[in-house]
Amino acid sequence: MAINSDVLVVGGGLAAVAAAVSAAREGADVRLVSHKASTLRQASGLIDALGYVPATEPAKPLRDGPPTAGRNLDPDEWPDPEGPLADPFEGIDRLPESHPYRVVGGDALRDGLDLFDDLAGDAYRGGHTERNALVPTFGGAVKPTARYPAAAEAGLASDDRPMLVVGFRSLTEYDARAFAGRLEAAGVPFDVAGAEVEFAEAFRADAKITRVAKALDHDEEIDGVPAREALAKAVAPHLHDVVDESGGVDRVERVGFPAFLGDDEGDEVREELADRLGADVFEIPMGPPSLPGLRLEDRLFDALDAEGVRFETGNPVVGVESASDGRVETVAVDRNGRTTPYGADAFVLATGGLVGKGLDSDREGVREPVFDLHVDQPEDRYEWFVDDAFGDQPYARFGVRPDERCRPADAEGNVQYQNVFAAGGVVGGADAAREKSASGVSLATGIVAGRQAATEASQ
Amino acid sequence: MTRHTDDDGDAGDANGTNERGDDPVAERAATDGGVESASGGAESATGGTDSTELDPDAYDPVDVFPGGDLDLREGADSCYKCTSCDTSCPVAEVDDEFPGPKFQGPEQWRLKRKEDHDIDESITSCSNCMRCDDACPSSVPLSQMHNEARGQYVERQMEKLSVEYIRNRILANYRTSASLASKFPRTASFAMNFGPARWAMEKVMGIPKERDFPEFATETFREWWKARGGAKVENPDKRVAYFHGCYSNYNTPEVGKAMVRVYEHFGYEVMVPPQKCSGTPMFANGMLDDARRHAETNVENLVEAIGQGADVIASCTSCSMSLRQEYPELFDLHGIEDLAEHTFEALEYLRIHEDLEGELDAAGGLDDERAFAYHAPCHARNQGLSRQAVETFRDVDGVTMEDVGDSCSGISGTYGWKEEKYEKSMEIGEEMFEHMEDAEGEVGMTECPTCAMQMEHGTGYEIEHPLQLLEDALGA
Repeated sequence: MAINSDVLVVGGGLAAVAAAVSAAREGADVRLVSHKASTLRQASGLIDALGYVPATEPAKPLRDGPPTAGRNLDPDEWPDPEGPLADPFEGIDRLPESHPYRVVGGDALRDGLDLFDDLAGDAYRGGHTERNALVPTFGGAVKPTARYPAAAEAGLASDDRPMLVVGFRSLTEYDARAFAGRLEAAGVPFDVAGAEVEFAEAFRADAKITRVAKALDHDEEIDGVPAREALAKAVAPHLHDVVDESGGVDRVERVGFPAFLGDDEGDEVREELADRLGADVFEIPMGPPSLPGLRLEDRLFDALDAEGVRFETGNPVVGVESASDGRVETVAVDRNGRTTPYGADAFVLATGGLVGKGLDSDREGVREPVFDLHVDQPEDRYEWFVDDAFGDQPYARFGVRPDERCRPADAEGNVQYQNVFAAGGVVGGADAAREKSASGVSLATGIVAGRQAATEASQ
Repeated sequence: MTRHTDDDGDAGDANGTNERGDDPVAERAATDGGVESASGGAESATGGTDSTELDPDAYDPVDVFPGGDLDLREGADSCYKCTSCDTSCPVAEVDDEFPGPKFQGPEQWRLKRKEDHDIDESITSCSNCMRCDDACPSSVPLSQMHNEARGQYVERQMEKLSVEYIRNRILANYRTSASLASKFPRTASFAMNFGPARWAMEKVMGIPKERDFPEFATETFREWWKARGGAKVENPDKRVAYFHGCYSNYNTPEVGKAMVRVYEHFGYEVMVPPQKCSGTPMFANGMLDDARRHAETNVENLVEAIGQGADVIASCTSCSMSLRQEYPELFDLHGIEDLAEHTFEALEYLRIHEDLEGELDAAGGLDDERAFAYHAPCHARNQGLSRQAVETFRDVDGVTMEDVGDSCSGISGTYGWKEEKYEKSMEIGEEMFEHMEDAEGEVGMTECPTCAMQMEHGTGYEIEHPLQLLEDALGA
């Protein structure tokens, strides 16, 4: 016999969680199945909605003749993207018609963000306004984002208090002085200095971020001094590093650290450091390994539990086991070479895009491996991309094509399965990396797919 | 009904309903029918031995790979250094000196391609929790790489007369000590935890005195099974072969008994084939030769049971993990893939094949209110089983089941039994202890025997296995 539920959500990221919770809130019995530990732990922890509207046409018409990967040809030139947008919603109308936001509508994005606020609770900020916040990221860029961790709050670029950014020699991917320089170059409305201090040196040369976080969580002794005190002591001499335009020295009012200030006890660690330094303390979201992502994953999976969603990670869904009349009845979950049928009245596919492996590609084409849904793509591989790396890359928009209920269409544009809904990165039409829209697309399509799946299951 | 005793003294019989001779060799010949195709096909790969005579030396995993080592190149190539594995490693989180699974796996694999590179000693700090496998988005076979590297380190670089090696070997071969201790269970339980003896053990062997040795049952599971007269249900259509593992045989036979009663409640014929250690503690200590010897016995007997229509079930999640994943990754034995495909965790199997929820519903729940603090073992996590106990019992009347979170318990089999690792083991477990204290329940629950030791050690709670609760809830 199969393991049954009303709605089966395949995937473990933000879209999958949004779909599962929204379906459960419609009264459905929901199960979530995810192959690996969630990719949330590699994400920045920032929740973007729409930061830029990138151009979809090159400045000059595309070159003529057969595509040849552009060797010996001038690269196509693309206008700069429009943005950063102050209001993510006002940009939606200028996105291509096939963009998921245009398909499911701006209200879906609003509902998705509301759902997120509800699940994230006091761990996140930004819900008080529809406007984007500008959050510095560790490359020194300023990212327009809709929701940000409370830990990042004191670092907002719209705040004009003088800022110190702290770095550590042993964290090679993160250079505080370069970071400060880039922020200044970006024209932020505050004075900023970067300083490299000795603290992380107490750990091995390539100590894991989780190791430092744990040491701060538990306030472990580092060479006889409790970790939080040791860190504050290392930073204190730099509190007057900021020099303003007239050459005057300001005491900094906020200090930014790479995002490793504790895991479970993050709030407490930040508070104690702020106390000791007499300045607000914030974290700068980093690339993977990402503690803000790990913390968000923990919070969202706790929310799944609280909503009564059943979930399991560790085994992949490998295909459709039985289907009839345009409906899927069971899918196959692989358990060490043996498949187990999982039945449901409706399914949500939220397995991610090419990076999350919800889409699979080789030289022959791009496929969606679970339901074998149609993925719109040019037949000729050379038309998958344009020469300008920062141009409108067709492959970036690859994915399944949903209708307004998030049901993917086949090659002819007809709904492929009445009871299969798609959400998140596996949905095509958005260029999330250029738009800064990945989380918003996940939330908007997740909430629609979840609700529609619950409706379908109740019939 | 005939029964025989296997060569190392355990009462062992696959099941009471099969007619067998007492001579082990004759018995194999008589029952080989079920596995003939598997053994016939693999002869060339294993040196052409006759399948009725198992020669340990003929089953070398490397025989099928030219060059002498498992070819893990493809796995190493798949690693794009996203560090997901490092962030999920419980040891890297507390141990400054441990460079993490990415280094121990793909990076070390590349380094050791060059003959002049030794395996880094830090490999002995990997606890084999296998969380890195679950975290890797590219399916890099990290734990396989670690097992390989650890095996090589122990074989080539470790001093065989060192106290550490001997201590590890004793810990890894728990079954041997347990088998002896179970002959005099009360004496052993006392002697092993006798203060001066523990002090000496710490000083001489590096076994932390803080740990309490588990008590030995006065009647092992197999003794109980024999006294009971084997299976009470005969059913050629529904058969399971129970891999009880060492712990539920020697220490917690109540788990094995619960398993038998629950399965018989659902009409299964239970077989209990002769078996040895699953090998988990041996993998974790780099004792691959020991592990292989035990695996040969297990694979042979379990494959035979599969030939008789049984699926294999285990009540310990490390045992099922071993049979499912580590065996085929590390060894090349007759039928090993077949065994992997037919192995399930005991609760998992019922959830797939029976209407467990319906049955629990019909049974009407417990008479008394009971609350549990549930910890999912790492090896359950890797099999997708981390939530099944919570889900199964969530709607049962009278049961409160709280998941105490995703932290590792920290003991990782033999890891926490080493003096030099004890404190790290407790640091890793701290989060779990705290969450257990916060939970409503004053009784812990887990599938893994060593996690259970750690839970008890850290909180003083009594620990149960989900099968015991299932037995009660079903009135089985």
